[in-house]
Parts: sequence; C-alpha cells; structure tokens
Amino acid sequence: MTAADKASAAGSSREQVLGRIRAAIGDAPAGEVPRLDPALRTYRDTHVPDDPAVVLDLLAENLADYRAGVHRCTPEDLAATIARLLAERGARAAVTPPGLPRPWLGAIAGTEVIDDDGTLTAQRLDAVDSVITGCALAVAETGTVVLDAGPDQGRRVLSLVPDHHICVVHAPEQVVSSLPRALPRLDPRRPMTWISGPSATSDIELDRVEGVHGPRTLDVILVSSPPRSG
Amino acid sequence: MSSTYLGLPSFPVAAAESTRDEQLRANLRHATHTIRAKRATAISELTDWPELRAAGAAIKDHTLAHLDHYLLQLEAAVTAAGGTVHWAVDADDANRIVAGLVKATGETEVVKVKSMATQEIGLNEALAAEGIHAYETDLAELIVQLGDDRPSHILVPAIHKNRHQIRDIFSRQMAAWGRPAPDNLTDTPADLAEAARLHLREKFLRAKVAISGANFMIAETGTLVVLESEGNGRMCLTLPETLISVVGIEKLIPTWQDLEVFLQTLPRSSTAERMNPYTTTWTGTTDGDGPTDFHLVLLDNGRTDTLADSLGRQALRCIRCSACLNVCPVYERAGGHAYGSPYPGPIGAILTPQLRGTTTELDASLPYASTLCGACYDVCPVAIDIPDILVHLRERITEQRRGHALERAVMKAATWVLDHPSAYALARQTATRTRHLHPTELPAPTPAKAWSNARDLPRFPGRSFRTWWKDRPAGEAPHGRPAREDTTR
Ligand code: SF4
Repeated sequence: MTAADKASAAGSSREQVLGRIRAAIGDAPAGEVPRLDPALRTYRDTHVPDDPAVVLDLLAENLADYRAGVHRCTPEDLAATIARLLAERGARAAVTPPGLPRPWLGAIAGTEVIDDDGTLTAQRLDAVDSVITGCALAVAETGTVVLDAGPDQGRRVLSLVPDHHICVVHAPEQVVSSLPRALPRLDPRRPMTWISGPSATSDIELDRVEGVHGPRTLDVILVSSPPRSG
Repeated sequence: MSSTYLGLPSFPVAAAESTRDEQLRANLRHATHTIRAKRATAISELTDWPELRAAGAAIKDHTLAHLDHYLLQLEAAVTAAGGTVHWAVDADDANRIVAGLVKATGETEVVKVKSMATQEIGLNEALAAEGIHAYETDLAELIVQLGDDRPSHILVPAIHKNRHQIRDIFSRQMAAWGRPAPDNLTDTPADLAEAARLHLREKFLRAKVAISGANFMIAETGTLVVLESEGNGRMCLTLPETLISVVGIEKLIPTWQDLEVFLQTLPRSSTAERMNPYTTTWTGTTDGDGPTDFHLVLLDNGRTDTLADSLGRQALRCIRCSACLNVCPVYERAGGHAYGSPYPGPIGAILTPQLRGTTTELDASLPYASTLCGACYDVCPVAIDIPDILVHLRERITEQRRGHALERAVMKAATWVLDHPSAYALARQTATRTRHLHPTELPAPTPAKAWSNARDLPRFPGRSFRTWWKDRPAGEAPHGRPAREDTTR
C-alpha cells in the first residue's frame, strides 16, 4: 500500500463511520442544535452544608478512610510538618517541583532536596524516596486531591514514581465540597491526576491492598488558620 | 472479531462446564457478594442517586443522538491539542492502524492499560503476529496473561482465581516474562502485589510506547479520562513517548462538566468506592509532561449497527462498571468465560449479540443467558433496561432462526437457565421490579423526547419466563413475548 492509498483508506474509514452513524440516528430530530436540556440535571450540587469547617472535616475523614495520612497544621507550622514527615519516613532524597514555595522546605534536615529542572528521568526518580507537591484543589465528598501540573505540582511523573507523596492543601481556598463544584474550577487542557488515597488494588479476591505502582504512602497536609476565637 | 473468541462453545455448553468447577463458583460467589454489599453502602451516601442515574442516561442518549456532531467536535479538539485522530470501521482496521503506529516507532514492545476495547478487537494477538509484544500491566490482566487465560469479569478480570492459584502462576511464569517472582513468595495479597510491582516496574521504566483505552472522551475539549486503582494506568499514560488510545465511539460525552455525573456514579457502582485511587485526564500532548506523540483510534466495530436499533442502542450508554455482573444469578453460576467475549454477564448478553450480530450459535444463545429477573436494571448507573433489550433480541433471533441451526443453541441456553433452580431462585429473590406495572406506551412524546422514546415499550413477559416455559404449548419457541395479560408472579 502506498502512503496515498493509506491516506485514502483512512479517509474512507472516517466517512464510513460517520455515514453509518447518520444512517443509524436518522430518527433523531433533524437540525436540532446539540445541547442537553438543563432541566435534566436534577441532581444535587453538593451533599454537604456550606460550612468550611464541616467541609474540611469531611475531607480529612474521607482521605483517612482511604488510608491517606492526614496532618492538619497552621501556615506557620507547615515547614515543620513537612520536615517531620520526611524524617519519620527516613527519606534520603525528596524531589520538588520548580514552583514549590521555598519557605515550605525551610525546616528540612537530613533529606537531600532535588529541584526538578524538567530533565530528571523516571529511572532517576525511581531512586528518590519522596516528592512534595501542592495541589489544584481537593474534593471533600470523595476525599480527592487534584493535581493539574501547576508550578507547585510539576510534571505528572514527579508524583508518580517516588514511593512517598506529601501533598499540601490550603483550606479553605483549595477545598470544595463536591465534584459538581470542582469541575468548573479546573482547566481540562492541563494534564491532570486525581488522587484518592494511595495506589491500591482489589484484584486478588477483592481484598484491598495499598500500593501497587503509584506511591504507596500518601501524606496530605491540610493547612488552615485556627478559627479566630472571640 | 478477535480470533481469541472464535470457535468458543455456545453459552449453555460453556456454562455447563464452568458450573461444574467448584473452585470457580466459590471464588465468584465470594467476590460478587462482597462487592454487592459494599456497593449498596457507597450508593446510600448519595441521596440523589436516582437523579444522577437519570442524568447519566440522558447525557449518554443525547450524545448518541448527535454522535456525528460530537465526534467531529472531539476530532477537531484533539487535533488542535497536538494529537492525531484515526477512525477504524472494524477490528482489522483498528489493529492495522495500531500495528502501523507501533512499527513506525521502531519498538517491538508496548505496555498496556486494561482496555476492553482492545480485548474486543484482539489487539494483543494482532500485534504478536506483527512481532510486537504487548505487556498487560493491570494486576488482574497480568495474572490472566501470565496464566495464559482469559478475563472473566469487567472490573476484576481474574476474579475466577484465588490467591493460591495466583501465587502459583507468578512463581511459575514471571521469570519467562521478565523479572522473576521472589523465591519465598507467599499468597498474601500484599506480597503478590509487591511481586507485581517489581516485575512491572522495569517494564514501565523502559517502555517507549503505551496502549490504553479510555473511560470517557470529552467532545468539547478533546480530553480523555482514565479511571484506575493501581497506578499502572498513570505509568502507561505518563512515562512513554508515544501513547495510542483505542476507544469505542460511544465513550463520548459532550462537556467537561458532564463528568460530574459519571465521576459520582462510576466508582461507586464499580469498585464501591467514593472515588477510585487515580484518575488521569489529558488533552492531546503537553510540552515537557507526558507523551510527545498521542494517537486516538476511534473504534466502530459494530457500534453503529447497535446504534441503528432504536431500542438496543441503550446498550451504548454502558460505562462498564460491572455492577450488573455482580448481581446476576446466571453470571454467578456460569462465570465470565461462558459469555465468549470480553463483555460477560448481563451487559455481555445484550452488547455482544449487537456488536457481532447473531449468526453464530454462541452469539444467538447469549440473550437467553438470563432469567429476566431485572436486578441488572436496578443497579445500572445509566439505567439500561437490560431485560427489555434481552426480550427484544430474543424476538429478533426468533425471527431469524426459524428452521435454522441456531434454534438448537437457543433452546439449550434457555434450558440451561431453567435447569438451574438455584440460579433461578436467587433471581426471584433479587428481583425488585414489578414488571406488570410497566406501561406499554409512554405518554405522548414531545419532539425532544421522540428520539429516545421512539417506539412503544416492548411488552414484558407477563408471566415469568419459567412459568411460561413450563406451560407453553408443545413446539412453541422460547419467544420473549408471551401473552401480556397473564399476571406476574
Ligand atoms: S450495563 Fe450498566 S450496570 Fe452493566 S456494566 Fe454497563 S453501566 Fe454497569
């Protein structure tokens, strides 16, 4: 087959499939502008009361339910919390995305911090113990953190190959209650990873086992200012 | 259709064999009952489940009604984002396209994320014929591949194997495929998962080409979405230079926001989780992050034939959650292999005969692999009326098969189901529908509704299939439409 033949064969597959579709849906109303009737969306926008404290508690609860480590701290304690988690893990090296705020790393001792310059290979990352990232947002009802490759999250490979992931969530601004509220805040043109607990499988007798290929330990730090008491 | 599934025995023959396999049945029962209970809990958290279910069905129906429009929108968006879109009429077409793309990279190994579409087209075998080795990376798929077996469940393809059997497969086979299993491998799930992690990691780190499917494609933005648990999906979707995704044309939804429905219903129906551990979304290619070359192969392979049937097309709503398998008394006894396709259980019984046609004994017997108890419809997160389609397909087959060799297969399938009183009794217990309450006509359709409600609702068998069978006049075929005046019991 010449290249030209191949191209025309591909063209004909496309035309064939589209032709079959049009023949098949011939009974669809003609000329209708495709738009789903919004009245069909009768489901709820959220299942949680609009109270940031309640939403944050639910996020913590659901993250923990799927075996993420959940750590709550104030902005002032963030650097110390990160340092403590690395030390407890005994991490020799941790990788950070280029846009991770440097003050977060201020208390680290005994762990080499490797700043990703975009050239670290997966093989190299395989020898790195931990990764520290921010997130785009977190969803309380499902216990999910969403990474969208923003500057404080970096390339997807960073949060994939090391076996320990520390993810920092700022409340209340990065926390939404539900999926319907999460999606409009995310830009689908960016590559995304939605993470709900550490890697797991139920493939053996439906027994959930933490950790197959992704990070086997997920620590989520929920950062919030203490409520101003009167 | 894949050569893998050619020449398989018809449903009743295969089912009779697997029903005798005590181990298989015990494994299946344990697994399906566990997941059933968990699913009910996960769903009870959402008070608006019926609304989410209706919205999921409506979004899918709407997309299917304008499938040409949305596919063209998708194609434009993927192309604008740096991807290349290919169209495949059938399995051969798709296999040829994928093999050509892999060959163009000069690679002879690819890593794969679990994908039912690629099983459906027999891609691994087609690649092997071209000297390309495809490594499955999903734990269950790895078990199946190492065991030289076939998947038997949508979500848990190795559901028919228990931990001892898996340990044996790993110990025996891993060495031949790459890094061997450790000498002292135990049969605890954690140890088995660790062995798989080590075995596959070396493959991920050197893979240049990956092949995936997708759970959803977003027409508006050209975004693909893959839900998974283990992280093998992330590895395949992120590390290699070239990514080829083979996706059925029915996986389309119009907008990014529409995910709000399916990301609530799919994980809960499937793994009974609020959310699966990992979901990856990507749009074309991104500089400096992930594959530099992205190809999307849009697969028809019988989907447009299914679309042409105004009742049967509901099957294209399916989001492959596998909830219908887990509640099906026939699946529980017969096992996944009896269905002779990657789509087992109730969804397989309605999808396979529509995708492949009903010219073989196996495919013609599939719509009879059901007691019509309705449990599958009750759990389906996109409200596919599976019993309704089964009856409809039986009618089609009855017309086609008169005086034909298919009759034998059909009779045997019906008899197999009826010959298994415990399967049947279970069906009665799980049946929650009051089928006699169903109207046979919908209220006068408005123009907007006309498409999805284009025909009268089919008449449900008024009597249970079993009663009818027992009482039928000699020689009457197992036709799905007995007199509707009879009462349901
Ligand atoms: S038919 Fe419904 S219940 Fe069965 S797999 Fe498909 S979506 Fe799930």
